[in-house]
Amino acid sequence: MTDTLSSPRPEASNSPADSGQPLLEIRGLEKRFSLSGDFLEQLKFKGGKLVREQEHVHAINGVDLEIQRGEALCVVGESGCGKSTVARTVMGLLHPSAGEIRYAGERIDDLTTQALMPYRRRMQMIFQNPYASLNPRMTIQQTLEEPIRLHHPDWSRQRVRDQVDEVMESVGIAADWGKRYGHEFSGGQRQRIAIARALAVDPEFIVADEPISALDVSIQAQVLNLLMDARRDRNLTYLFITHDLAVVEHFGTRVAVMYLGRVCEVAPTATLFATPRHPYTQALMSAIPRLEDERPQHIRLEGEVPTPVHLPSGCVFHARCPHANARCREEVPRLIARDDGSQVACHGVEEGRID
Amino acid sequence: MTTQTSPVQAPPLPSRWERLRDSYLLYSFKRDPIAQVSLLVFIVFVACAVLAPWLAPMNPYDLAQIDILASELPPFWIDGSDPAYVMGTDAQGRDLLSTILYGARVSLIIGFGAVALQALLGVVFGLLAGYLGGRIDAFLMRLADIQLSFSTLMVAIVVGALVKAIFGGATFSTYAVPLLVLIIGLAEWPQYARTVRASVLAEKGKEYVDAARTMGLPSRRIMFRHILPNTLSPIFVISTVQVANAIISEAALSFLGLGMPETHPSLGSLIKSGFDYIQSGSWWITLIPGAVLVVLVLVINLLGDWLRDVLNPRLYKG
Repeated sequence: MTDTLSSPRPEASNSPADSGQPLLEIRGLEKRFSLSGDFLEQLKFKGGKLVREQEHVHAINGVDLEIQRGEALCVVGESGCGKSTVARTVMGLLHPSAGEIRYAGERIDDLTTQALMPYRRRMQMIFQNPYASLNPRMTIQQTLEEPIRLHHPDWSRQRVRDQVDEVMESVGIAADWGKRYGHEFSGGQRQRIAIARALAVDPEFIVADEPISALDVSIQAQVLNLLMDARRDRNLTYLFITHDLAVVEHFGTRVAVMYLGRVCEVAPTATLFATPRHPYTQALMSAIPRLEDERPQHIRLEGEVPTPVHLPSGCVFHARCPHANARCREEVPRLIARDDGSQVACHGVEEGRID
Repeated sequence: MTTQTSPVQAPPLPSRWERLRDSYLLYSFKRDPIAQVSLLVFIVFVACAVLAPWLAPMNPYDLAQIDILASELPPFWIDGSDPAYVMGTDAQGRDLLSTILYGARVSLIIGFGAVALQALLGVVFGLLAGYLGGRIDAFLMRLADIQLSFSTLMVAIVVGALVKAIFGGATFSTYAVPLLVLIIGLAEWPQYARTVRASVLAEKGKEYVDAARTMGLPSRRIMFRHILPNTLSPIFVISTVQVANAIISEAALSFLGLGMPETHPSLGSLIKSGFDYIQSGSWWITLIPGAVLVVLVLVINLLGDWLRDVLNPRLYKG
């Protein structure tokens, strides 16, 4: 074994992997986006007085998640529930309004750009739209070399090229693609290149924000398998954002279901698909079309998702929940661990009202 | 596996994509006679200006070659012309053709120099404003607004007056070219800054910028290596228009006596020097340089129009 092959593997990383400690820990994460513009636009006349008014979109409010080493945590939920915001906040593209993010026990959400650099190498992101995520003015070779050169400034040109060749081969793209530009490739090929870019610095944790939803259906399985192979071969941990439950069943080891900026249920994939606990999860699961489906048993939710500008009190789901009672309207439910390894944020499940 | 089984990659820089883009440029160029003629005329202008010391029959800056008795001679097709002076002479007896060649040289130097300065300032400020946003954006854009509310003329008058007052008129004449570059460059950088900022705002939201950020690249590198190359098309287009504008600004300033001195004339100061004689029948001293200026600016603008049509992504069907 020569140096190029053996050195940058995450398995070979010498940090004492504490099995009890999660790789990524999100505590009470909140992210608000202001709707009110700058200071002058916030000033309003109300009843003859000048008041300052601010409105926010509460994209995520109080998300708790833990991701263990080696697992693929899928985050599902409908559009606008905050899944992508969680991903972008974890990657430091957005600054959280409150809460904290810990990576391997170290808090990373308040680090300076400089202090964050070692984590940048260990955490990489794959984006939704492969047509936008490659710089149109850079060749594939340049695109792939850039992160390696950045994180390993001491490597020789040859070593950087070897690393690029290796990672290109591992995602199934030919070495002679390197001289070409992104626009010369199809969506699936581009997404392979984007995956290669993420893998180029040998990360241990990958945030994938709907990486296959922009792809042709015939390509989705290929790319998904590529991601699964990479997980096995490189011992990767995934935070996988998706809204495709079939993908979740195929890919995820655990699933977190989000609704209106909150996590309502986290469970191992098999458990969640077999016995969804949270009323929202149950409704979501019943919406999966199945071939053997003869009896229409969809749970029809009443109404719309409330606006994230004015959050409902108590449980965010109470207005649409068939089991809601007075407590649900007042008290915010917390995630409570259950015996089967799942965590559910529902008063009804906690009290045993819902089976 | 680990040894070099795959062939070593060729250096990827001058590559297929650029050739592709060139070929599209070339394709539309071949189909556009206006662009072809404009480019031809422009190249002739630039060549004449660059080669003026060798092409011109005399050196208008050299007082020893000027014969005051040969002043106000008409061009060759009018009776009373001297075959030595094809385009006639001006009031000081300088050969008009030579003076125009040298004048076009001065005008082009100032035009390109000023645009280079505008582009430098505008691109840097536009990138900073667009990428960093927030207070820096607000500050730079207000600065641009203030700058735009001063006309080029006012900046020129203030700078010219200051330089003349502090260093004297002779110094101003000596350094007229760099001063005019400075004045026109400072007066019009907001055009670039606004264009660049708008493009940066559009590019900033794209995922390749997010990818560069998650990689941990420093902002400077993201701005100049990732965003700037993707905003080059509009920069390219306004550059051509701005060269024409800068040449006109220079001519206007020189015409008003705020620009190039008459001993070192640009096209503008040549027009001005002839303007006094237009009533006495020596119209050619003004009109010939005027026509040259119009043609020069026109071909640059036509080229700019063509370039805008080609590079405009909404019109580009590639």
